[in-house]
Amino acid sequence: MSNEAIIHGPEVAHGNAAEHQGHEHHEQHFIWKYIFSQDHKIISRQFLVTGIFWAIVGAFFSLIFRLQLGFPDSTFPWMESILGEWAKGGKLSPEFYYALITMHGTILVFFVLTAGLSGTFANLLIPLQIGARDMASPFLNMLSYWFFFASSVFMFISLFVQTGPAAGGWTTYPPLSALKEASLGSGVGMDLWLIGMALFVISSLLGGLNYISTVLNMRTKGMTMTRLPLTIWALFFTAVLGVLSFPVLFSGFVLLIFDRNFGTSFYLSEIFINGRALPHIGGSAILYQHLFWFLGHPEVYIIMLPGMGMASEIIAVNSRKPIFGYLAMVISLISITLLAFLVWAHHMFVTGMSPFLGSIFVLLTLLIAVPSAVKVFNWLTTIWKGNLRFTPAMLFALGFVSLFISGGLTGIFLGNSALDIHLHDTYFVVAHFHIVMGVSAFFGMFAGIYHWFPKMFGRFMNNTLGYIHFFITIAGAYLIFWPMHYEGIAGMPRRYYDYSAWESFKQFQSLNAFISVIAAIVFFTQFIFVINFFVSIWRGRRLTNPNPWGATTLEWTTPIHPGHGNWEGEIPEVYRWAYDYKDDGHGGDFIPQTVPLREGEEDH
Amino acid sequence: MSGFITIALIFLVFIIIYQIAKASEYASVIRGEEKVKVQTNRTIAWLLVIFFLLGLWGIWKCHMLLQDKMLPVSASVQGVQYDLMFKATLWVTGVTFFITQTLLFWFCFKYQSTEKRTSFFFPHNNKLEVLWTTVPAIAMAALVAVGLKNWMAFTSEAPKDAMIVEVVGKQFNWLIRYPGQDGVLGKRDFRKIDDANNVLGLDWTDKDNMDDIIAQNGELHLVVNRPVKLIIGSRDVIHDVGLPHFRMKMDAVPGIMTTLWFTPQYTSTEMKKITGNENFVYEIACDQVCGKGHYSMRGTVIVQTQVEYDAWMLMQKSYYASTHESVAPAPGATAPKTDSVKAITMK
Repeated sequence: MSNEAIIHGPEVAHGNAAEHQGHEHHEQHFIWKYIFSQDHKIISRQFLVTGIFWAIVGAFFSLIFRLQLGFPDSTFPWMESILGEWAKGGKLSPEFYYALITMHGTILVFFVLTAGLSGTFANLLIPLQIGARDMASPFLNMLSYWFFFASSVFMFISLFVQTGPAAGGWTTYPPLSALKEASLGSGVGMDLWLIGMALFVISSLLGGLNYISTVLNMRTKGMTMTRLPLTIWALFFTAVLGVLSFPVLFSGFVLLIFDRNFGTSFYLSEIFINGRALPHIGGSAILYQHLFWFLGHPEVYIIMLPGMGMASEIIAVNSRKPIFGYLAMVISLISITLLAFLVWAHHMFVTGMSPFLGSIFVLLTLLIAVPSAVKVFNWLTTIWKGNLRFTPAMLFALGFVSLFISGGLTGIFLGNSALDIHLHDTYFVVAHFHIVMGVSAFFGMFAGIYHWFPKMFGRFMNNTLGYIHFFITIAGAYLIFWPMHYEGIAGMPRRYYDYSAWESFKQFQSLNAFISVIAAIVFFTQFIFVINFFVSIWRGRRLTNPNPWGATTLEWTTPIHPGHGNWEGEIPEVYRWAYDYKDDGHGGDFIPQTVPLREGEEDH
Repeated sequence: MSGFITIALIFLVFIIIYQIAKASEYASVIRGEEKVKVQTNRTIAWLLVIFFLLGLWGIWKCHMLLQDKMLPVSASVQGVQYDLMFKATLWVTGVTFFITQTLLFWFCFKYQSTEKRTSFFFPHNNKLEVLWTTVPAIAMAALVAVGLKNWMAFTSEAPKDAMIVEVVGKQFNWLIRYPGQDGVLGKRDFRKIDDANNVLGLDWTDKDNMDDIIAQNGELHLVVNRPVKLIIGSRDVIHDVGLPHFRMKMDAVPGIMTTLWFTPQYTSTEMKKITGNENFVYEIACDQVCGKGHYSMRGTVIVQTQVEYDAWMLMQKSYYASTHESVAPAPGATAPKTDSVKAITMK
């Protein structure tokens, strides 16, 4: 749809344009303005608020199962009042423990760090930073949110069914997830999980196709691809990854639905369970893992790339310095995207796959370390000789870099198959991916929220609360996950309900208790952010300067409260790249993209 | 009631924190925002340095506290190679960690915003970028080379004289089958499984099954310094044979046979002395979530000298004999002798 059609609505296309000229600001009904909105800025807020809701639910689950892990001999009577039968006498049941870890993973990986992260920032930033009035298809964009909402409803309902939600881990490997006899959670909870995830894939595809076509087709005059801010590059590749890999996951789910309900044997073979031999023969349980991880690994980058893009942008703005090696940053994004499709089987080194195949995946996996290292060194060089302003957003972006280094380095152990044998499915893995795609991605998201909150709501968030939030969270994250590496190196398996019967692992009991206490503190600290966020929407300090951070990019050229269509009058034209943080000749330290090149000045 | 009070208290704390933060915002407006911004920036830069130093101290403390527990003595020959490679990788990543994190926090402090400072316009530098593309690439190549050498060694064919034991997972324990005196594991078929008298579905028409032994208490007995090849399977869902002390691990997948092999180098008794733990025991941990009892799917390994092993083996009855006691013993199902040297293969 053209930029003009978006603003005037479909009437333009029907030839009724004349009577609507000059009526751009007619009052919309609440429902069309805030609920079934087609404005990318409102849709982005919808994704964000839904994401925050899910993040609280998912984190709360981890609080409950951390209590079990930290204090396996204690009872918590309040737990029974919330969970009922699942925590009789205040003692969490193993069935529900497994349901909680499964839903914790599903919710945080998909509902928060995919939909909540890309959904929020791709929607908010793509049109604003490339200079478009809205997405290529605002209607599909709205559908994308409502499919996500429907998917959320199914997932939420699954929490309350009698046999409990899915309980086979967020990866839901069959046969465990395929056979109702194998686990309580593989009953109706698993059906709801699959329906929820299928709707989620649809939402993600609708969103992703929209982001890609918007970036490719709707850039304003002068906005060549090489003038795009790195946020847009990152969100663009995030969408590419999603569009190419989610359908594969979907096919894996369809086969699983068939195996569960229609008697097929795609994943099932030679199974004796519950006193009975099943008729299935000839399937392969490993096939599901290939289909799952073909999405599952790109998914890691779907979660990481937006944070990388936003951290690049925020670090450059607050260092008052161009991002170092813009082209290298783009090329490393491209290589990460390509390699992301070629490394999935490193999650499967110990499934009995051919060792030769395994070695190919080792090579490709460790190759990803190179573009990742380039990004880290470029971020470090960006802050070198900068003029650093520590806004809360900047702190979270720096925290993102610190955590990305810590979590990335442990990936070198796991990607090397010989080392993975012993570390596979231990707490080392838990520590690795929580630091890199859990906390680090969250830091990217927090940085984005603190930085673009003034754009979203025309007000600031409270800085002091932001600083408290940052320091407690980063210290807590390291205190929780750093010691977990040691447990993993000792071989302590993940997804255990209780370690006290194990001679090799019960020595870590006091450490587990320590981790649980810190996790509880960090959980409650997040409410400082939640309160800050919601109160600031209505009570935050008002924005007076439309460009509060002194940034060069286009989103800050709109009015403080942009209407649907973003710019009043013409869309600004772009003359330079997004990182001209240098003397503008009038005492300023940056030159917006909309300022024409001065005489004798060279384009970047 | 106490729950309600706790919630009310937590709520109150949040309100207080919020009010203080809000007040500081108003105060900054009154005192002049620019001045406050400069002060805040300096404070935050110091806090980052303090965080970094405390972090280093914490890492040191954590390491001192946990280093003895992290990598227990390797009980297999392969594990010795593993530990070497692990430590080499730890050095490479550890050095990188300290250099990059130090630079990050040092730059934060050194280049914090002041009124006098202007940033240095430095958009790119090909030399630097080539440098830090090639250095990580070379480091990775080295790690891959070491890794693949070990990977090939760990996953190679087991030596000819390796003893063979079958390990089958089910919800929620391990079944261990020894080939008996013929050294051959007989055929099994999941349709013949019967929890009362044929837990593995052994096919009694296959005479190789007649002398096969299924350990009564699920213990895996191995001989020290003798390679062992595990034939791994599952009756129901995916499990995983995790042997942390031997640095070995392999999935147990229904319908697919997997294998792993290693050479134990310390007996259980020796290991008790080495670890100084009277209760030490080699454990088999299930490492693939398999249902509500996943955490209790524990097996034990007993590594013995050849003499001890032979004595133990002599006491074992073949599975056929123990499940068909009322029936006349089948030929070849008498007390099995050991298969100490004979090369054995799986049918």
